[in-house]
Amino acid sequence: MRREPPQRLADYGPLFFPAGMLTVFFVVPFATMIAVSFFQREQGGFYTPAFVFDNYARFLSMFFGKVLGFSLFLAVAVAITCVVIGIPFTYLLSRSARKIQVVWLVALLSILSLSEVMIGFAWSTLFSRTAGVTNLFVWLGLMAQPQALTPSFGAVMTAMTYQAFPYTVLVLYPALVRLDPTLTEAARTLGASPVKAFFTVVVPALRNTILATLIMVFIFALGSYLLPQLLGRPQHWTLSVLITDQAIYQSNMPFAAAMAVFLVLVSLALVGLALYAGQQRQAK
Amino acid sequence: MSGLNLSHVTKQFGNFTAVNDVSLSVPDGTFVCLLGPSGCGKTTLMRMIAGLDLPTNGSIELGGADITAVPTHKRDLGMVFQSLALFPHLTVGENIAYSLRIRGTPKDVQKKRVDELLAMIHLPGFADRSVAKLSGGQRQRVAIARALAISPKLFLLDEPLSALDAKLREAMQVELRQLQQRLGITTIVVTHDQREAMTMADTVVVMNGGEIRQAAAPVDIYRRPADSFVADFIGQTNLLPVAADSTGRASVLGEVIEGITLPAGAAKGMLSVRPEDVQLTAPGHGAIAGTVTFIRDLGGAIETFVEAGSTQVIAVSSPRNRPDVSVGQSVGIRLDPATSVVLAR
Repeated sequence: MRREPPQRLADYGPLFFPAGMLTVFFVVPFATMIAVSFFQREQGGFYTPAFVFDNYARFLSMFFGKVLGFSLFLAVAVAITCVVIGIPFTYLLSRSARKIQVVWLVALLSILSLSEVMIGFAWSTLFSRTAGVTNLFVWLGLMAQPQALTPSFGAVMTAMTYQAFPYTVLVLYPALVRLDPTLTEAARTLGASPVKAFFTVVVPALRNTILATLIMVFIFALGSYLLPQLLGRPQHWTLSVLITDQAIYQSNMPFAAAMAVFLVLVSLALVGLALYAGQQRQAK
Repeated sequence: MSGLNLSHVTKQFGNFTAVNDVSLSVPDGTFVCLLGPSGCGKTTLMRMIAGLDLPTNGSIELGGADITAVPTHKRDLGMVFQSLALFPHLTVGENIAYSLRIRGTPKDVQKKRVDELLAMIHLPGFADRSVAKLSGGQRQRVAIARALAISPKLFLLDEPLSALDAKLREAMQVELRQLQQRLGITTIVVTHDQREAMTMADTVVVMNGGEIRQAAAPVDIYRRPADSFVADFIGQTNLLPVAADSTGRASVLGEVIEGITLPAGAAKGMLSVRPEDVQLTAPGHGAIAGTVTFIRDLGGAIETFVEAGSTQVIAVSSPRNRPDVSVGQSVGIRLDPATSVVLAR
């Protein structure tokens, strides 16, 4: 169906509401944040309007560079883990009976109703020495005595993957359901084992969806600040943790804003790079 | 024994029996069409031959080896799917070379084979095209070339031409048959289009309700249908009730027809008469009496609908022998015992 292009101002009417919401709740706060990032910090938690680069200059130290590097690494690791687990899982889910699909999807959606705090404390209990899963392993005879699995990098990864996994499945699910099941059957008649068919047909056919999922989980994981604090050591803290620390505990709004802006810029750059790389491969 | 042999193959999905005790022997190099209405089990039967479904019972042999439990990817077959299932992320050439790549064939051998196959399907130089940019007929050919890349022992096609328009479909039927004869490859096609089956097959296997109703050469299927289902499904036919009296003389629609005999002991049956074998004459003199209700002039053929008793009889004649009748006129119908087939059911 071809639509008439809007003729009068009133034809743009339906756009006003979303545009207004976007302006009030996104553009204005973000612009404020950018402005604040250039403000001059005063002792005692205040700041005065100015245009200084001090906040950004302070940010360019080894310490913050390291934290930024770790944040990006953690987000990429979580994104890859989620996709690597998510694709086979969602593939099998999309090929299973309707009833099984519904049960799994409801279970996954219910994870979304849990707050980050609940997820964090639940995992810290599960990973604790006194009440954690290691007690189960001891009971099963797999371990000599219970031990604490947190704080550790593995604990942070596990909880963040757990938190991002439902989103991963929800993004992958429609694409996998729409994927023609005869594609894998065709691959099998052509001599590919089911596993080979999966890697030579399903994964490449879903390249764009996989890229989109990676980007989504990456951005999602980049904003995580509670789980690294609850389950990790200080060296596992992300930039988001430091931003929270600066903004709330150190009352240094300009510096926190500068870090936030920088984080947004870096993630935008990485997403752009990923999209560019995806397009290059497609054009080939 | 070489060729493909199915013995007592049954497939059940829960309580539903999709294929019921099917036995079929397909000699090497023959072209077989599995023909039947939708839901008759023909696709399920093909999927079992391909190994995509496992039979509940029975066994499948190919070239003397039992392949009932051999996984699909080890059967060395080529299959064309109804959806064609071309890989969207690969070019035409990569699609065709897929089975060779999976088997680790050297790149130069792959390329040579792809060029060979592209020439065979009349699409030379298409190797680097995207499959999304091909027309329906071209996609069809690519799917066929992809299935034939390894020179399979068995070539399976599931409703391969259903997505094409009528004209292209007819052309592809001829082309597919010629290709099969040139390669001498054992081929099985699933179709619901009897014209397609008649055009291509050495043997037509008519299926209904999960069972084989008749397996024979196209002409035999048409001329000597085994039962009323086959007679009705293949082409157009008049199914007329036949009754025998105590002396064994058979009568159709109230008239005794000499030369028609019912099987011994049967008092009732069905007579299948092709519309082109129905002769319209003047009423009386032992002809079945009827009234013309409708005349359809299709240009190449004229169909005359005659009501005899409560049964409708259709007669088809060529424009040269245009029957001199009009709607409402009383006519006589003559049946030739030589071209009429008595069916038990």
